[in-house]
Amino acid sequence: MRYSGWKVITEGLLGNTGWGRAWRDPAPKAEYDAIVIGGGGHGLATAYYLAKNHGLTNIAVLEKGYLGSGNIGRNTTIVRANYFLPGNSEFYSHSLKLWEKLEGELNYNVMHSQRGHIILFHSDGQRDAAVRRGNAIVNQGDDAELLSVAQLKEMLPYLDYNQTRFPIYGGLIQRRAGTARHDAVAWGYARAADRLGVDLIQNCEVTGIDTVDGKVIGVQTTRGAIRAKKVGMVVAGRSSQVAAMAGMRLPIESHVLQAFVTEGLKPVIDHVVSYGMGHFYISQSDKGGLVFGGDIDMYSSYASRGNLPMVEHVMEAGMTLMPMLARARVLRSWGGIMDMTPDGSPIIDKTHIEGLFVDAGWNYGGFKAAPASGWCMAHLMATGQSHEVARRFRLDRFRTGHVMDEEGTGSQHNLH
Amino acid sequence: MRIAGKGLIDRTKPVSFTFDGKRYSGFAGDTLASALMANGLRLVGRSFKYHRPRGILTAGPEEPNAMVEVLDGASQSPNTRATVQEIYDGLAAQSQNRWPSLRYDLLSVNDLAAPFLSAGFYYKTFMWPRAFWEGLYEPLIRRAAGLGRLKPQNETATYEKAFAFCDLLVIGSGPAGLMAALTAARAGADVILAEQDSVMGGRLLSDGGTLGMPWVDATLAELRALPNVRLMARTTVVGAYDQGTYAALERVGLHLPAAPHLPRESFWRIVAGQAILATGALERPIAFDNNDRPGIMLASAALTYLNRFGVVPGQKVTLFANNDHARQAVRQLMAAGVQVAVILDSRADASTVEECPVYLNAAVTDTQGRHGLTEISGTHAGGAFKIATDCLLMSGGWNPLVNMACHQNARPIWREDIAAFVPHPGMVPGLTAAGAANGAFSTHAALREGADAAIAALTDLGRTATAPDLPQAEDAPYRLQPLWAVPGKGRAWLDFANDVTVKDVKLAAQEGYTSVEHMKRYTTQGMAPDQGKNSNVSALAVLADATGRGIAETGTTTFRAPFTPVSIGAMGAGGQGAGFAPQRYMTSDQASRDRGAPMIEAGLWYRPSYFPKPGETTWRQSCDREVLMVRSAVGVADVSTLGKIDIQGPDAAQFLDFVYTNTFSTLPVGRVRYGLMLREDGFVLDDGTTARLGDTHYLMTTTTAAAGQVMRHLDFVHQAYCPKWQVRFISVTESWAQFAVAGPMAKMLLNALLDQRIDDFPFMTYGEVSVEGVKARLFRISFSGEEGYEIAVPTVYGEALFRDLLAKAETLGGCAYGMEALNVMRIEKGFITHAEIHGRITAFDIGMAKMVASKKDCIGKAASQRPGLMGPDREQLVGLRPITQTEIGAGAHLFNPGDKAERVNDQGYVTSVCWSPVLESYLGLAFLKDGRARHGQRVRLVDHMRKTDVLCEVTDPVFLDPEGAKLRA
Amino acid sequence: MRLTCPLCGTRDRREFYYSGTEDYLNRPAEGAPIEAWDDMLHLRTNPAGVTKDLWYHETGCGSWLLVTRNTVTHAVLATELVAARKGGAA
Repeated sequence: MRYSGWKVITEGLLGNTGWGRAWRDPAPKAEYDAIVIGGGGHGLATAYYLAKNHGLTNIAVLEKGYLGSGNIGRNTTIVRANYFLPGNSEFYSHSLKLWEKLEGELNYNVMHSQRGHIILFHSDGQRDAAVRRGNAIVNQGDDAELLSVAQLKEMLPYLDYNQTRFPIYGGLIQRRAGTARHDAVAWGYARAADRLGVDLIQNCEVTGIDTVDGKVIGVQTTRGAIRAKKVGMVVAGRSSQVAAMAGMRLPIESHVLQAFVTEGLKPVIDHVVSYGMGHFYISQSDKGGLVFGGDIDMYSSYASRGNLPMVEHVMEAGMTLMPMLARARVLRSWGGIMDMTPDGSPIIDKTHIEGLFVDAGWNYGGFKAAPASGWCMAHLMATGQSHEVARRFRLDRFRTGHVMDEEGTGSQHNLH
Repeated sequence: MRIAGKGLIDRTKPVSFTFDGKRYSGFAGDTLASALMANGLRLVGRSFKYHRPRGILTAGPEEPNAMVEVLDGASQSPNTRATVQEIYDGLAAQSQNRWPSLRYDLLSVNDLAAPFLSAGFYYKTFMWPRAFWEGLYEPLIRRAAGLGRLKPQNETATYEKAFAFCDLLVIGSGPAGLMAALTAARAGADVILAEQDSVMGGRLLSDGGTLGMPWVDATLAELRALPNVRLMARTTVVGAYDQGTYAALERVGLHLPAAPHLPRESFWRIVAGQAILATGALERPIAFDNNDRPGIMLASAALTYLNRFGVVPGQKVTLFANNDHARQAVRQLMAAGVQVAVILDSRADASTVEECPVYLNAAVTDTQGRHGLTEISGTHAGGAFKIATDCLLMSGGWNPLVNMACHQNARPIWREDIAAFVPHPGMVPGLTAAGAANGAFSTHAALREGADAAIAALTDLGRTATAPDLPQAEDAPYRLQPLWAVPGKGRAWLDFANDVTVKDVKLAAQEGYTSVEHMKRYTTQGMAPDQGKNSNVSALAVLADATGRGIAETGTTTFRAPFTPVSIGAMGAGGQGAGFAPQRYMTSDQASRDRGAPMIEAGLWYRPSYFPKPGETTWRQSCDREVLMVRSAVGVADVSTLGKIDIQGPDAAQFLDFVYTNTFSTLPVGRVRYGLMLREDGFVLDDGTTARLGDTHYLMTTTTAAAGQVMRHLDFVHQAYCPKWQVRFISVTESWAQFAVAGPMAKMLLNALLDQRIDDFPFMTYGEVSVEGVKARLFRISFSGEEGYEIAVPTVYGEALFRDLLAKAETLGGCAYGMEALNVMRIEKGFITHAEIHGRITAFDIGMAKMVASKKDCIGKAASQRPGLMGPDREQLVGLRPITQTEIGAGAHLFNPGDKAERVNDQGYVTSVCWSPVLESYLGLAFLKDGRARHGQRVRLVDHMRKTDVLCEVTDPVFLDPEGAKLRA
Repeated sequence: MRLTCPLCGTRDRREFYYSGTEDYLNRPAEGAPIEAWDDMLHLRTNPAGVTKDLWYHETGCGSWLLVTRNTVTHAVLATELVAARKGGAA
């Protein structure tokens, strides 16, 4: 069934009784050409592009919970392509281009909203860093421009421009950046993949990876053994556990990142705004909630929940940057499990086991990456070769030192 | 309408307030909701999506409908629950999410379009044409959505934070909470009793029941008199965090007119040895067609309005319930003289013995009344009915408030006998549920569970307690037959606040969004300000029914903090303005400000940018002058912000050899050496100079930015890798004020000031000197390239020394110089700062690979030998000079002349730039691919941000005095 | 979240700095192959359950602590001083 405004109207007139399932609920088959472990944003995108770009339709996505139950549904929904190191630049640039066509591609409104993303800076040194970043973005072919304080006052009248602690010197805007409705991305990819014949199997937890002579032959699951010669591990915060089934130790530490949403408010923040002197970023959802977050809690965790010190730090950053927030009430907080790598950049690579691939290490930037991650992981699984925009996301780069450390904080996982 | 003789309000204290600009009167002790009800208002708000007229559903913070904007001065607080907001003289509130007025809201047209606005409709449309999303569809959706308005202006009120500690935290002051607190308090434990309401007593204040106010008052009096008890009213515990840490929000000033001395709210972090969850239970609505009109409310809410506030919600009341308990409400209303038209009981076997007619097997199937209820219709055992009524009470049973027990991910258990989720022991370590929160609904059971829980909690803390005598209280069995939704063709609301109906949940199931999380996310049920408190269980029951699963199997969504919404102002208290980060001041701070120096932030410190002289109108004029004066005479700068670490012990030398790439054990006493420090991953951590003060005594300096990080690093290396080495160190950054004295006349200046001459004090020497009898440390080091000294005195003498140095400098034609001049001079000399060593830089990159000593191990050495950290592909430190004098900027990228400015051609980037008044040229430091082999070549510097494109010559990074003749002079 | 410093007692999490797992304590000897450094610096077992990790009592006594913790429940099971740990460095 194709979605459209016309269909919404005709179904409305018929009492909305004709809407069919967004995706099937198939039982797992005994064998597939390829299996994607993980029904999150990246896994569903991988399956979709395997089918769409590479014609593999006898494939399954195995999800231990419900589709989209991981970080795709627990993030601050920011979509941007403002990285500055080679390897990241071209990848996120590619991802943003995919975002710009996503609704049409998936026939699902993911509410991708290119409302502009502004990084504020608060010193000459930060301005120089923003300029370097902006130049790298433009060199990549994407958009970036510096904003003066006068321009900021027009666009973001609610910032505290009078305070002296960390005065606002200016901003770097990427106008093509913005937000999207997070769950809709998972559902859109799921529905589109399903329509291409992909089996999306929920409540199916992988418990083992079967190999023979260094080659993958299938997986064990809570719903029985499933054979496949190609298996992709796309499980974000749980990557270490799944990789351990194949005897691998990954360069990943799992951490908790909290995020917050307020009660609904009339439109007041029209962009994505990111503070330069503390981890704080905020936007307003179409429903009116202010969606914001900060840094990870800094200790390794699988609890999907955090603690007060970081909660308060994020709120304090909000209060110093835009004191109008005082009277907005936080409605809900949540925590996601972040797969932190030693350089803050991700991994899309083969493993030492033939036919076993890994897509992991998204730190806390995985949401915007979902389309390109799926695109490149599908390319890798289908062709055995890294896609050109993901060729630096190698598993062995930490050993060799070819790291892509945007933060410059070094190999300590939690500092990215 | 007020009822005489009822309520806990103070009828001797009338209170005047306004709603939507109109003046009303209530009494002290009223909430805005009770006062509006007393004034006969029923229409209070508009719903989120369909802009339906809404009244008051509840009497607590879970209210989904009666949300208003409270105005104070130029500020306003959106989404304020009228059911919580206490009235005070001058309170001004207005309705929200309506235009132009509450009664005539244009967007109520949405209600007519409801068939097209079903759950998730927006995922299926608005996709074409693509460009219309940001331009048309999204702005329309955004404007229609949202509730109250946040004013885009700075907050002027204040908020506070506090810590508290106790043996036992009791959350809720109903029968279970009061009894728990009393039991623990009598046993001598430190008790905090937190109650979200303005008055303690919980449901005992509302139910008009058997226990009555005398027992409540006596118990509170006893607790209040005990020194080990803290009663915290208006304090909502909102989150259960790890190791017994609870978050709580206290409403300090919200019930009073705004006053400068009064914070609005205080955010508490309460650390408790044990905690008791006595949060009670919430009555749940029943879904039937048009069950959202003003005048339809929960039965228990009516009871609260009657007994707490002496007000009744209607003239002719009806009740629709599935349980015995709800009849209390109509019985008490009848006793108070209110007409009750009928009790509609959904059960077939319920009692019909009441003072009013009782219909069994009854169901309300529709309601009438545009801005308030006028009539209900339905069916019962005897057929169909239509009844005129202005107030329909409903009760679908009770949901224990299990929320906080679930804050650490544990799931509650479904109990069929009470058709509700209850907590189980151990969900949050140290937290025990008691009373209605635990599914024990009778007053007697709550009292008993409260006492038992306190005894058990104290036992866990190693104390003993005995149960007080329980007062006589009702112990009626809780009888109900589950009823979630009455079948119908119209819309039956589950989530009032977000306008989610039974149809929406069924549609989600029909479309395959069958997981309870999918349903929630697809329909938005539970995401409104009431956080699903009125709808979660009913919605999942409807989902369970639609998917053919049981409720237990369907499960709940995750309960997350906060338990009730908390203002950002409270949680972020102290952060506003300068409060976000500590402010560090140098001893020369006032003297610098006295001279008009703009102070800029540097690693939490404030440092002078430049020292303007009369007639200088731009920073560049001052900076150029300062540079020229230092280079021709002498300059003084406060460098106290550099980290200083005092290192002592027989193994100090060995330790420094281990943390620095180069060797310090060979450094003679009285000498200073530049040191390079790596992270263990092989990249540069920091640099600085270290002096050997004695055989077993060193003084290390770090950069300002990395001082804390280096201290942490040294502690780790010592404690993890060589704990038995005899070396100790401590930060002495704050103990010493240190000043750079640089320039050809530096020695002259110091000789005029010091108690001894320093004629023989070569470069990289350390010595003890004195200034007017004060012992000082003198280092011959230079960050300017001039003959330079740094003199350090105990902090207390810092300001005096700075003023003396400056006075002397000025007599010699010198000056104070700030960060700008310091930066120019270090760039002229090719000295690096954290603009260069930004965390991605190796010793190889900055030409210091040879400083990684081959003869010894050091931190980072092994990893620095990895192939990715060296070689011609790496960008290496170089100098840049524009071919024609054009301003250049840091952050520009470098390209080979003739190449397009595209990523694939990128050759590097500029880290630092300056105008050199000495060389009369712009200078840049940059990292350039294979840069050391490219001195003399040309590169194109492209800065899209600043719109410059400049051809530059690649040079050695040292522009001035490459032999170092001046600094060694 | 609260941790018990063996020297200072039970303190709030905000007094501590976290650096990562105990792998950092296994510093390879000079000349060890790069794989050994990869193990120490990068590769992690990353258990969903009991782990041992390193915390620095930064605004307290300056001790580095080895904390035995559950990453799923956040229960803290034991803390000891890195400098005095069993089987510690020379």
